[in-house]
Parts: sequence; structure tokens; C-alpha cells
Amino acid sequence: MKRQMTGAKMIVQALIDQGVDTVFGYPGGAVLPIYDEVFQQNSIKHILVRHEQGAVHAAEGYARSTGKPGVVLVTSGPGATNAVTGLTDALMDSIPIIVLTGQVPTFMIGSDAFQEADTVGITRPCTKHNWLVKETDRLAATIHEAFHVATAGRPGPVLVDIPKDVQFATGTYAPPSPSASHYQPKVKGDLEEITELVAAIEKAKRPVFYTGGGVINSGPGASQLLRELVEATGFPITSTLMGLGAYPASGDKWLGMLGMHGLYEANMTMHGCDLLINIGARFDDRITGVVDMFSPKSKKAHIDIDASSINKVIRVDIPILGDVGHVLEDLLKIWKSRGRKTDKEALGKWWSQINEWRQMDCLKFKQTGNTIKPQYALDRLEALTKDHDRYICTEVGQHQMWAAQYMGFEDPNRWMTSGGLGTMGYGFPASIGVQMAHPEALVINVAGEASWLMNMQEMGTAVQYNLPVKQFILNNERLGMVRQWQELLHGERYSQSWSEALPDFVKLAEAFGAKGILCQDPADLDDAIMEMLNHDGPVIFDCVVEKHENCYPMIPSGKAHNEMIMGENVDTQMAIDKDGAVLV
Amino acid sequence: MSALKIKKGATSHSAYNLRPNFSDVIERHTLAVLVENEPGVLARVIGLFSGRGYNIDSLTVAEVDHTGHLSRITIVTSGTPQVIEQIKAQLGRIIAVHDVHDLTVEGASVERELAMFKVAGKGDNRVEALRLADIFRANVVDSTLESFVFEITGAPDKIDAFADLMRPLGLIEVARTGVAALQRGD
Repeated sequence: MKRQMTGAKMIVQALIDQGVDTVFGYPGGAVLPIYDEVFQQNSIKHILVRHEQGAVHAAEGYARSTGKPGVVLVTSGPGATNAVTGLTDALMDSIPIIVLTGQVPTFMIGSDAFQEADTVGITRPCTKHNWLVKETDRLAATIHEAFHVATAGRPGPVLVDIPKDVQFATGTYAPPSPSASHYQPKVKGDLEEITELVAAIEKAKRPVFYTGGGVINSGPGASQLLRELVEATGFPITSTLMGLGAYPASGDKWLGMLGMHGLYEANMTMHGCDLLINIGARFDDRITGVVDMFSPKSKKAHIDIDASSINKVIRVDIPILGDVGHVLEDLLKIWKSRGRKTDKEALGKWWSQINEWRQMDCLKFKQTGNTIKPQYALDRLEALTKDHDRYICTEVGQHQMWAAQYMGFEDPNRWMTSGGLGTMGYGFPASIGVQMAHPEALVINVAGEASWLMNMQEMGTAVQYNLPVKQFILNNERLGMVRQWQELLHGERYSQSWSEALPDFVKLAEAFGAKGILCQDPADLDDAIMEMLNHDGPVIFDCVVEKHENCYPMIPSGKAHNEMIMGENVDTQMAIDKDGAVLV
Repeated sequence: MSALKIKKGATSHSAYNLRPNFSDVIERHTLAVLVENEPGVLARVIGLFSGRGYNIDSLTVAEVDHTGHLSRITIVTSGTPQVIEQIKAQLGRIIAVHDVHDLTVEGASVERELAMFKVAGKGDNRVEALRLADIFRANVVDSTLESFVFEITGAPDKIDAFADLMRPLGLIEVARTGVAALQRGD
């Protein structure tokens, strides 16, 4: 039904018609008419963040934990520029986000007006698409298109820039119509290629599934189909950081995460396999190690919805362009109709080889002495929370890798971490977004003290909305991953990788009106974690850990999957050669 | 779906149409990109090339379908076959891009470019410039007693050749449009 209304009212109406229940935002001069409409309605809850970067990460957390797009509303100029890191983060990790920015009125654009920035220019390379709306009559259709573009195909962030006069003016509102867009990505895979993959599956002697965030993004149905496929074929499965939870960590075919800090068995399986089936991953450099030596003996298949991901880094033999869910459905159908064949004898041998690799027990550690090992802290956190309805966020660094290694994910959409961009400061606001979407769930942000401080202002948000997010800070008073690389690569010259003048986290929590817990003794850890879990409200948990612990296993940069270095017997000075040193 | 009617998200780009092995030879390709004629679309295309480190040898753009709001961008680019495939796939991802055609691999095509040359000189040089212009079917579009402006159309090679000949005869300024290209036949 078409109706006349102001641009500002249209924006709120369009959000309601798109099924939005939560908006993360921060007001300012160029969005005042929209905030006036937000004030006069009850359908959409607005969460006032403390910094626009926090709004975008919160929306990402909301999106990743629900599968629905996250929505952000910020003002012009600094409001928009502060959103840039979040947009780039969402672009790298393919997270559907709609960011609405205010803009100076159309007649002032280009005059260097107060709080004017070329928002569409600045955000062009960090959005999937963006629009500047200059006519109120175009506003509703543009917002509906923005939701379509953000969620269709490979998801991503979009931005709609709306000048203030367009918000005040009256125009015609039209509800969403799905067929309106010319952007209709193909979701069904080519059946010939899928059949070729089935034939490869039937013959494979040393296969492996290598799965990624594309499985999660394809929806819960895709994870279900993946589980069916893994169980039916009996093939081993590993996953990228982004794909954790698509296949349950408790499953017996699970090898753990692969890549730079992946598990020994996962990387050795990748290196030794004869059929590599990439499902919704993108051969990121954290996964492949040095490209020339990546999985040298395998036939490679790649299922991806984005044509540009295929053959970008690694040349594949069987490219399948399509949505993971649709392709897996067809793949299972064809494989079953051909008699559910696999080479069981070869598979048996392959598994005994893999089980040998598993004997390496690459995540083993010894908790001795009076200092908490970070691995131990996460091991205990995992043990005491795994039976909860639980969501885990992380910041970026060593703690993030340890969380991926030591925590088990049984379901998709339970793990929120900045993979592609590696954004310190992501986890705390993301945990706020997750908790908004799942008010009754246990939401934990595993953090390092340095990352956490980057968006600590969001304590105000957590307290204002009484969001019981648990900030589990592994405090080593170091930028741990930077320090680790300086040890491996720069002669132990620890340039600027100290966290000096750290706050007293307990007092900091109290200053915000939240609870703080300090734990320094391994003997107290379980009780302290239980105290955190039993507190109904936001908690900062300051877990003081071993300062010089390194994160292993590790594929040093410039090396291949079979050249991992392990926790013990490391000659750290020789780990990375000159060619590897230029890599990040 | 014919090779000419590549739709967005179709199976035409990097995943398919692969030559047996990627080689390291640098190839020159002419791409025709049909885009929505909306503000910023050229910036999206150029930003893709600069952001990802691809080469642009020539680029032309103009609206070709006023009612459909479509513009045609002709890009001449160079790179290894893998890079060319990446460029096409990356172009295909841009929401405002409707079609991407690789004229270099989709059968024979014609390429034309328009250029204007200002040549200043007296005496024999002036006569020689005029004679060569005639051979190259360049037109004189402006003339003073001491200079000519020639207008020439042709394939880029022909224009390069004409420029080489004019240089010793007093070439002082060049303006080139960049390449426009179309597939031969129907």
C-alpha cells in the first residue's frame, strides 16, 4: 500500500516492514528527524551505544548470532567515519549489515559544511554497495534494495546516506517488493560439476572436507546437510576460524580448526589428502600458508557463492558456483542415487594415519605453579560453560586463537570473531549485539586486555540495558600476539608490545556500576568463573595469566602445513626465514 | 545462455572457461562492462582496479541506453590469465554492473579510438605532415599558418604509428579518447 509520509517516517516504516526489531545507533544533527520518529514508536528497540564503531560491531554480533541482518543508525561526518572499521570488518567476514547515515542537506553537499564527509566516497570500498538518496520518493525503495543486497548472494555490509532535507520532505512510501532488484545471484550449482565432485568422492582415498563461514552464512539447513554428508561419507572434516560450529566439535570426524594456529592433525590431513573439498571457505592466507606448497597432492573442489573466490588464490579442479545449502542438497541426492559409494578400505587406512597424527596431542599443556596458563583458563571456562545455552565472542590475538582451539562449538551462529580484518575491539560490542538478540543466553567475550580496552566505553551500554555479558579478559599485560611475533622474528626486541598503566579492572567495572572479578591463582579459577556465571549482570573478569605464553601449534609465515612448530622443542629464532618475514 | 549474454552470477567467470593451465604470460584484454548509469559507478570500477592493483591501459565510458539507464565502459587491461579472470569476476561482483564481456576471448571484435594531434611546423615538415595525414586518412579539423590539428580514428596501433610519424615533424599535443570496442557479427 502506497502512502504519503516524511522521509524520516519512511525510514522507520521501512525498517518495520523489513522485520527489524533492534537498531544500534548514536544520534547527531543530521539524523535528528529520524530519531524523532524513533521516539514516537514502539516496534523497534534502539540501543544507544557509546561509539559508532561499537554500533556496527554490535550489529555484526546480532547478525551472526541470528542469521538476520543487523541495522545501524548514525549521524553524518564523524558518525559515518567511525563506522568505517565495522563496515570493513563486516565486508571481510561477509556479514549482512545495513548502516543508515545522516548527511548534510542536499543543497549543502560539497560546501564543507559542519559534519560533512563524502560518506559514499569513503565507504565505497568497504561496503558491498552504498547509496546517497537525494529524493524522498526514492528512499523507501532504496532501503528495501539495501536489505536485499546485504542478504542476497554473498552477504555483506551496505550503507544508505540520507541528507537531512530528504528526511524532512514528504514522499510516497512503498512496501518491499522482492522482484524489484536486478541483483539476483545464482544459488543452484551446475549439476555437471556437482556430479564430477560425486565421482571424485566415490574414488577418493584420502579425502577431507575443508569448510568455512559460507556454511554458516547459508543458514542452519546448510549445517544440517553438511553433518549428514560427513556422517554418510565418513570423511574427516576441518574448518576455518569462521566456520566453527557448522559441524559439531564433539563429532568423531572433527579434526579441529586448520591454518596458522590450527591443529596438527587438521593441517597434516590437508597436506596429505588426495581430495580436498572446500565448502564455503576462501583459501585465506591464514589457511594456506605458502601457496606453492599448499596441499600439493590433492584434487581440489571448491563450492562458493562468489565467483571471484574461486581460483583467486588456489587453482581448483572442480569449481562449483552456488549457495552451499543448495549445492550440498544436490550433491547428497546425486551421491545417494549412485549408490552411496566411497572407498571404505582406503578410508580406513586414511583414518589410521589421521589417528596417528592425533596422538601428537598438539594442544597439550601443563598447568604448574601459581600462575594461570591462558590455555588452562579457557579449558576451565569451556568445562564450566559448555552445557549452557552459550554464545562466545572474541577480540583479536592470542586469546582468540586459544578460544578457537580450546572451546568446542556444537552449533552454527554460536561463535562471533573478527576473522578477515582481525579487528581488536570487535568482541565486546559484538557480545552486546548477541545478548540483545538472545536475552536469556550466556554470552561470553573472551578477550585480551589490550583488545578489550579498544572499545571499553561500551560498558556504559551494557550497564544501561542491563545486558549480562561476561567479559573474560586473559590479562597478560602484553599485546600477546605482537610479542610472540617479535620473539620469533625480531630478536626478542619487544617494541611497544607492553600494556602499561592498565586500569584496575575490578574498580573499572564498579565505576560503571557493574561487577568486577579478579583471579590470579589457578586454585581459585573455578570458583571465580562460577561467581561470574551466577551474577545476573555484566561482569568484567580480570584473569591474570602467564605473560610470555606463546600460541602453538603455529605454521610460521612462509612455511607449509607440514612444517608446523609445536609448543615444546621450539627453536624460536629459526622459525621464520627471510622470505617469511615480509608476510604478516 | 550464449557467451555474449553473461548475466551476473552466471557460471561464466573465474570458475569456468579456464584454459588448461594458468600461465605467467601477460595478456592484453579488452573488456566491455555494462553498468547502471548511476552516480559513483565509474568510481566503483576504477576503485576496484586501483584497490586490487590491476592495470588500466585504456578506459572509456558513456551512456549507451538512455531509457534503460545503462552505460558502457570499455576497459583495456593487461595481466596473467589468472589476473584477467579475477578482474572479470571482481567486476561481476559490483552490484551496479549488469554484464561483463571479455571481447578478447569471446570471438572477433573491432576496436576503434579517436585521437587529435596538433602539429606545428613550416616548409617541408608541414607538407610532409599533410601528406602522411592523407595516407592515414586523418582529417584536418583546424589550421593556422604554422600548425594543423589532425583528427584520426582507427585501432590503437594505427594511432600509435601515426603519432610516431608526426613526432619528428613537430608534434606538440595529443588527445586520445581511449578504446571503444564491439563484437563482430551478430
